[in-house]
Amino acid sequence: MRTFVLRRLLQLVPLLLAVIVLTFVLLKLAPGDYLTTLAENPQVSAATLDAMRHRFGLDRPWTVQLALYLKNLVLHLDFGESFSRHQPVFAVLREGLLNTLLLAVAGALVTWGLAIPLGAWAAARHNSAVDRALSLVAFVGLSVPEVLSGLVLLMLAARTGWFPVGGMRSLDWETLSLGGRALDLLRHLALPALVVGLVPLASRMRQMRASLLDVLRLDYITTARAKGLDERTVVMKHALRNALNPLITLFGYTLGSLLSGSLVAEIIFSWPGLGRVTYEAILSRDQYLVVGSVLMAATVLVAGNLVADLMLAAADPRVRRD
Amino acid sequence: MTDGARPEPRGTAAPAPPQSPGRVFWREFRRNPPALAGAGLLALFYALAVLAPFVAPYPQDELDRGRFYHPPQALHWRDAAGRLHLRPFVRATVPGRTIFEYREDPAREQPLRLFVRGARYRLLGVVPTTRHLFGVDAPGRVNLLGTDPSGRDELSRLLFGAQVSLTVGLVGILISFTLGLLLGGVSGYLGGWVDGLIMRSSEVLLSIPGLYLIIALRTVFPASLPSRQVYLAIVAILALIGWAGLARVIRGMVLSIRRADFVTAAEALGMSRLRIIVRHVLPNTLSFVIVAATLSVPGYILGEVFLSFLGVGVQEPSASWGNMLQQARSLTVLTDFPWLLYAPGVAIFLTVMAFNFLGDGLRDALDPRRLGRGRAG
Repeated sequence: MRTFVLRRLLQLVPLLLAVIVLTFVLLKLAPGDYLTTLAENPQVSAATLDAMRHRFGLDRPWTVQLALYLKNLVLHLDFGESFSRHQPVFAVLREGLLNTLLLAVAGALVTWGLAIPLGAWAAARHNSAVDRALSLVAFVGLSVPEVLSGLVLLMLAARTGWFPVGGMRSLDWETLSLGGRALDLLRHLALPALVVGLVPLASRMRQMRASLLDVLRLDYITTARAKGLDERTVVMKHALRNALNPLITLFGYTLGSLLSGSLVAEIIFSWPGLGRVTYEAILSRDQYLVVGSVLMAATVLVAGNLVADLMLAAADPRVRRD
Repeated sequence: MTDGARPEPRGTAAPAPPQSPGRVFWREFRRNPPALAGAGLLALFYALAVLAPFVAPYPQDELDRGRFYHPPQALHWRDAAGRLHLRPFVRATVPGRTIFEYREDPAREQPLRLFVRGARYRLLGVVPTTRHLFGVDAPGRVNLLGTDPSGRDELSRLLFGAQVSLTVGLVGILISFTLGLLLGGVSGYLGGWVDGLIMRSSEVLLSIPGLYLIIALRTVFPASLPSRQVYLAIVAILALIGWAGLARVIRGMVLSIRRADFVTAAEALGMSRLRIIVRHVLPNTLSFVIVAATLSVPGYILGEVFLSFLGVGVQEPSASWGNMLQQARSLTVLTDFPWLLYAPGVAIFLTVMAFNFLGDGLRDALDPRRLGRGRAG
């Protein structure tokens, strides 16, 4: 098991290196750079542009830029500087990172908090009207893209005024008490978290249902029923725990999308997270910010997949030999 | 997977005649109402997209400066005097007291007519004509789904937008599945360094979050392109990303198929490796590929929606469901002119759901356990 983990971890190094190189190449393939839009501004003189170009290192060949970036990254853990924000990339990302994590965790709570009870309910009432209705809802839910659910919820917020229409804090945040701040944050968080959480909900619910149905067919459940336990105890105490096992491996994949899964929700609800930062950075060609955030999101993605694979390996010895 | 040319044995005495896979497939598929409904809906949508210039009452970029943000017009069957009409009509509207407010004028009824004359276009790109499926007599206007901020007919834009949004998926799938099949097939069959190279490349593509990669790839192309080129760029981007996941699955399937006797036989006959891969190995992955392709079309459609929604996809005045949805991003639109969200939203939702239903039905019907032995319990 240890060699398996070690080998998988070592494989990540060239993979992430390739991600950096690919991102760099894509940025360099694109016409123009960060200074192109600035150059259109008549108030910026050619001398200023040249000075900035030199300071950002954009006057050197891209291979040199890449080599310097890699050197600083490996030797000093330095992610470079954001052109547009005049801040180290790491500082910019750290701020977005926390907001995105908050949103992603809230989204995951929505997903799992709904998927497990609903999936279990459908399985416990197998082939009943409830089961059928939930299957239908899940199927329809699978077909609602984030962009749509986001806009519909935004419409709800705009029309009713029950929720804020975007951002993370109200204007009077500074004057609020601690409890007031928590409440304010929750109100801002609710809708984007729902958008993030609804995406995987339908498939998780179906997996929970299938898993519990598998367990309910096992002999020990028949034994429990034969002992005369009521159905509620059989499902809740005996079956549910075992049914949750296979779902735990799926949780790893949720970890993988922690940083990148909320991009659409962040854009629609102006949530100041990593996805928005990346999106804006890509559009403004803020190159080290782009590379930094793509690197971070990719690391979390492959790490999440690794965790999921490890959980799978722990549960199924056949995977380890591969 | 085609219907066997073999004649079916006739006669009632024969116990359960052997059935061709195609026939079993069709029998199973026919029993699945959601899948049939999905297939029917998609057939309708694609037909509407092909016939868009004829079905749409107006060209996609025709502005009406007197009708910005006009709400959808209701069809009436009963006139002001209470008489029922067989031919539905809409009521002409006059500007209301405030801006973007319109009032129906009960006295001015405009019957909907079939095959009216309108803007000139070429039917199916060939036959020049001015007839449109329906419309009202000039100078009246009919906007059954309302108009957008520039006074363009939302229904017409939805139909023309379907030409972009619905074909992006098909063309994208065609390219990325060809790539995925070939690369996965070569990877699994040849092994060695070719396999390593292809698999490592796919891993790199798969480890960058999809939406990030889509935006990053989009910036490689100039920001403002003619709409035809943007369309090609979007297809290229989505196809470039899409092959990776498929290639990995195909590789796994090929690894097991290549050990089959018929592959050894083909090798013994001296067939070229590419020919063995294309003619003998890959066809065995066909049922998986058909299902996977159907279920991944929505991803491509949503890719276009996503890019156009961000304003870097199909550009105005060309319509696509994504850039129509982009108009619904503003809070004013969401509160006061919600039809700009409903029209593209419902179209996208129905299309995605139809593909999901169809894909699910295909999976059930193509299930090898059913194809192998007639009907499964």
